[in-house]
Parts: sequence; structure tokens; C-alpha cells
Amino acid sequence: MEKLKKLLYSQKAAPYILVLPFILSFAFFWIYPLFSTVKMSFQSILPGEVEWIGLKNYSKLLKDTAFHTAIRNSFEYMIWTLVLLIPFPMIYACFMDSRLVKLKGLYKALLYLPALTSVVVAGTIFRLMFSEMEGSQMNQFISWFGLEPIKWLKVKSTSYFALLTIACWRWTGVNMLYFLAGLKNIDSGLYESAEIDGANGLKKFIYITMPLLKPTTIYVLTISVYAGLAMFLESFMLWNGNSSPNNIGLTIVGYLYRRGIEKNQLGYASAVGLVLLVIALSINVIQLFMNGTFKKEGK
Amino acid sequence: MKRNLFSLLLCFVLAASLLIGCSSDKTPATGTGSASQDQETSETGTQEEATAEAITTAGPEDGTHLEMWTFVELHSDFYAEMLEQWNKDNPDKQLNITFTTYPYADMHNKLMLAIQSGSGAPDLCDIEIGQFPNFLQGEVQFRPLNDVIEPYKKDIVQSRLDLYSKDGNYYGIDFHVGATVMFYNTKILNQYGIDYTKIKTWDDFTAAGEQLKEAGGGKVYMTSVDTGGTDWLWLAMAEYGEDYTTDDGAPDIEIDSIKNMITMQQGWLNDGIAMISPGGQVDMEEGFANISDGNIVAFPKAMWFMSRFLNYMPEMTDTWAIAPCPVFEEGQPRSVGIGGTGTVVSNQSPNADLAAQFLAWAKLSYDGEVKIWENLGFDPLNTTIWSDETITKDPNNKYISYFVTNPFDTLNEIKDEIGKIKVGTINPAISEQFNLTILNNCFENGADAEDELATAQDELEIEY
Repeated sequence: MEKLKKLLYSQKAAPYILVLPFILSFAFFWIYPLFSTVKMSFQSILPGEVEWIGLKNYSKLLKDTAFHTAIRNSFEYMIWTLVLLIPFPMIYACFMDSRLVKLKGLYKALLYLPALTSVVVAGTIFRLMFSEMEGSQMNQFISWFGLEPIKWLKVKSTSYFALLTIACWRWTGVNMLYFLAGLKNIDSGLYESAEIDGANGLKKFIYITMPLLKPTTIYVLTISVYAGLAMFLESFMLWNGNSSPNNIGLTIVGYLYRRGIEKNQLGYASAVGLVLLVIALSINVIQLFMNGTFKKEGK
Repeated sequence: MKRNLFSLLLCFVLAASLLIGCSSDKTPATGTGSASQDQETSETGTQEEATAEAITTAGPEDGTHLEMWTFVELHSDFYAEMLEQWNKDNPDKQLNITFTTYPYADMHNKLMLAIQSGSGAPDLCDIEIGQFPNFLQGEVQFRPLNDVIEPYKKDIVQSRLDLYSKDGNYYGIDFHVGATVMFYNTKILNQYGIDYTKIKTWDDFTAAGEQLKEAGGGKVYMTSVDTGGTDWLWLAMAEYGEDYTTDDGAPDIEIDSIKNMITMQQGWLNDGIAMISPGGQVDMEEGFANISDGNIVAFPKAMWFMSRFLNYMPEMTDTWAIAPCPVFEEGQPRSVGIGGTGTVVSNQSPNADLAAQFLAWAKLSYDGEVKIWENLGFDPLNTTIWSDETITKDPNNKYISYFVTNPFDTLNEIKDEIGKIKVGTINPAISEQFNLTILNNCFENGADAEDELATAQDELEIEY
């Protein structure tokens, strides 16, 4: 008992003991699976037959056109989400922060509400809305403009419209809250002095809001890059499964799922997963580097 | 504070109205799902896929407990009924089974995970034939069923056992032969003066389609072609005696039967004789709606589709006739076995022997086979039933009374012509190519069949 007390009060040991639960869970749930995935990506894994096959999984990836489609799809989706889910939420956040908007609480709640719903429910409802039947909501909507019904989920452009609609519907409110939190940290004195110097709203936005929101923007950018590349459930729900005509809805994670779970090729799926990790990591490292996150502050 | 409360209330009202608005929308519950079922040749119930999982337990509580997973609720009803009989006949081997019905993809993925991780698999499980090869890779994690099949083997269609075998071991027991036949809507055909019994070849079929188009003013199509199913291609392959995998199991999809079938169907689409199946194939909610609306008058499908008529189109009694399929050249075999559910016994089961005995008895014994026909409407594996007139001429049978023709007449007529397509490791990938890419491009976008097949063949060779 005495010894334990001594250990806990020791200035050298205490920090390590306090950090131990995290280290343990990190090692168990992150480090071990990561290394295990690397190992598995060099193996062919079947029940009772695990074999080392060197780089075969990777060389197969190079030739696998479905995988290339998946990368292209995930990439395009990611780019579009960045284009739509950073500027607009930022602008909305500024509106929410200004004195011009009434009923702010209502709007905030409304925009945030979708994030609380289940993707499974939302995806199913969107699937019905974008159904190819004449009676589907979107087809009725476009018929008001005299347009013919569209097979929404059979063509790439319209199906991306559907996917991005889900993404915007779901994430606009969340990103807006991030930006709102960032805005609260900006000293209102800056705006006042800018006003005295005769700056208009646009100038204040460009020269004060945007630069001071940079840390928030970088954070949102980083998680959006990863979220975009790792998208799976939206596509899974929209096509009611993991397969879409011509693989228009296939994403990298969808492909990983197809190989690992549906086709019993865990080794190959591990290789797919690692490629996703490398892509997401390198994009983010480059992005953070260009934004100067790695530079020491104040110099 | 008050304003916050008010806004919250408004949110709920909005959300609620949104949901109510959706539920009153008349779009069918399966949505587009064009290629959502990439299973080769499913015999799955789309109805069951939409419903939530169902769990039932049957048998005395002190009996040996077994778990069973299925993906069609009707299947578990059938097993439960057989279980009751088993417990009556075997007082020393009482069984208590919990049946769980999961949605199609869910169940197969769960089972795959259980097998990969070595724990959590049920004692008994249904596996759809298109998924079966995935489970035969590596060391098979199921109990070989040769010993329990042996007593019943002499009356059973051998090719249906071979489908689920590896290295001489049988791992799955099927429900049915799945003989493909042609279904004709006699009411509409009679109305336009077309005699379906005269249709012997695809040329006759095309001619009948032309006649229907002229007479019906383009409102009614002869048939619908599938962008999300390979049944037509299987039929074509069986007629020509071809197969899209070689004897070694390598992919070989650039074959005449497939080219001819796709080209012929493209011709139908161009001439307005056929339409594209809404939902990708006829065994979908959209497909049932299309059939019962009278938009199409004929389509080939395995015998098990009879149960879909009774479940989804009960009002169409005395409308549909069953006949042998047309062929490219007279003399070709007129049917092919499509679909299937191989039930397996897991190695992980502590009572694997008992489970295997029950399974073989339930699905292969004469009584079991008769129940399979009476309850599920499947063409049973035991062909002696096909000629047992107390069963085939039973006027009280709901399937026999529904159709214009007697299903067994057609079955006996084509008995020796039911072709078999091999199902190997590469088959899931092949059907994926057809259901996701080739058929869509050929029928929706009018792409050239030869080009599409060549591209897909290259990709499949990498896969192989």
C-alpha cells in the first residue's frame, strides 16, 4: 500500500501511469491492427490457408480497373465535398454571427438536425426520392419544368448530384458550427477598428474573418479530406447495397468491403485499405505543410 | 429560453411532416435498386429483404439447441414445420431450433465474418448459390454431408448435389432443381390472337412479339430484358451447351450463346418488342408491378418463380401458362437449372452430426420433398415426386390451381433437357461484370456486345 502510494506520488512515474490507459488502448486498438493490416496485405488469407504472397496483392491492384474506378469516384466525391462544404458553411456561419439574422437558434438547429439522423434512414429516403419511377419526388419535381423522368441513379452525373445532396444536407450544419465556434474567438475590437477605418462588410470578411478563421478552416479541410475519401455508407444506402451500375457509386471503402467481406479476400482488402491510408495521409500532409501548420509558431 | 423551446418544437414538426410526406409517397419500397442484387441467380425473396429480421424458436426447451440462419422467412417456416415432425418421430433426439431471418446481403456477410474469425457461426445456415463459391475457398469450414445424403441419393438429381461440392465432399443441400420455363400471359395473348404453344424457337418468339406490337399498338411488350440478372444468358448457354467458365474454372465469356442472346435482345429493344426490366430483373418489386400491370406477356424464369405469382399477384389466377422455353435451333435443350439455396452445417457447431441428420431428413426425405413442393412451390430434387399423380394432379394444391397449365406437365416434358451451368470461384466476379457493366452498357446505352465482352474478359482474367 505504502509502495503504491509512493509510486503514485512520485513525480517521475505519475505522468506515465496517468497516460497508461490511453497508451494501452491506443496500442491495442490502433497500433496492433495497423501492423496486422500491413502484414495481411502481403498474404493470401483463406480459412485455414494463410500464405505469404509478397507483393502480389499490390501488383494486382495496379491492374484492377474496378479499384481505379473506386479511387476516381472517391477522389471526385472528396473534391466536390470540399468545394461545397467549406465556403458555404463559412458564409452561413458569418450570417449566423451577424446581427441581421433573426431566429438564429432555429436555423442552427435546423441545419444541425440532419447530422443527428441515421445515414441508413436518410439514405433510404433519398433513394426513394431519387428513384427512377415516374412517381418519385425528384422526377415529379423536374416534371414541373416540363422535363422527362430521369434514371437518377443509373447515370454518373445525376447520381453524384444525389450523393452530394446527401452530403450537403448532412454536413453543412456541422461545418457551420465549427466555423461559428471559430468566429466567436475573433476579437470584435478588430471589426470595430476596421469600421472606423471605413472597411465595408466584404473587406472585413476578406481581411479579418478569413485569415483569423484559418485554424478552423484547416481543421475542417483535414477532416473533410478524410471523410470524403472514406465515404461508404451514403453510397451503400443510396444503391441499396454495394453494387451500382457500371460501378458509378463504388468508393474505396466500398471496394474494401466488397473484397474483404463479400468475397472473402481479406489480404487483398488489406492492401486496398493501406492504399487509402497512404492517399489520405499524403494529401493531408501536403495540405498541412502548405498551410504552414508544421512551422513553428511566432517565427 | 422560451424561444429555444419554440424552435425545438418547430424542428420536430418539420421533421415529422417530412417523414409523413415520405411514407405516403407511392414509390415502391425497393427504390431503384437497378443492380442492387448482384447475386447471380437469386431465389431470394425481395419481400423478405425489406422486412426486419425475424426470430422464432421451435421445439421443446429441453431438446438439443441449434441456431439456424436463413435469408427467406418462408424457408424458416418450412424448417419449423419439418422440425415438429422430426420431434414426433425421434423422441430420443429432440431438437430446439432458433431460426433467424436476416436480409440477403446481411446474412451472407455475417456468416462470412463468423467463418473468417472462427466463431459465431450458426449450426445450420442457408447460403444462396451465387454466394456459395465464396465459402468454398480455402479449407471449407462446413461439415461434409456425404454420409447423411447417402440414403436419399438414388432419387435425387445428382447435378444439384455437385453444385455444392468440393473435392468429392458435398457441403450443401438444395431445395429445388430450379428448372427454367417460360411463363405466358394467356389472357393478353389470346386477346391479340397469339397462340403461345406454337412458339418453339426464338424466331417464333420474335415474330409473336412483332404481331403483339402491331395488334397492341405498342402498349404491351412481349417481354422485358434484364440489366441486373443473368437468367437469359444461362438459358442461352444451356441451349448451346456452352458455359462461361472452362473446365478448369477459368472465365470464358466471349462465347456464341451469350453474344447471340445479347444481340437478339438488343434487336428486340430497337424494334420495340421488349422493354428493359424495371429494377433490373423481374424478381423485384418493380418487376412484379410490371407483370401485374400487364406490360409484358412472357418471360423465362425458374419454376420457383411460381411462388412469386401467388405472393405478389394473387389476383392473376388462370392467367399464366407454363411452357418450355424457346430455343435458337430446334432440337436444343429447352431449360436450365437456375438459382438455389445450399444449406450447410458449420464445423463450429458442437452438435454438427445431429444438425446434419436433421437437415438431410428435412430437405431430402420423401415427406420433406413433398412439403417443399406444397409449401414453397419449388420443383423438388426428388424426381419420383414429379410422376406421383396424387401430388401432381392434386386439385387442392394452390400452385396447380393457380396456373392455366399443370407445372408438372412441363417439368416432365423437359425433364431430360435441364442444362447445368457450373458455379465456381470466378462466378461471383463474372455475374458482377454482367450485372453491373456489360448488360447495362449493351441495353441502356446500346454498346456493342463483342466489345463489352472482350473488355470484361480481360478484367476477369486479371481476377482469375
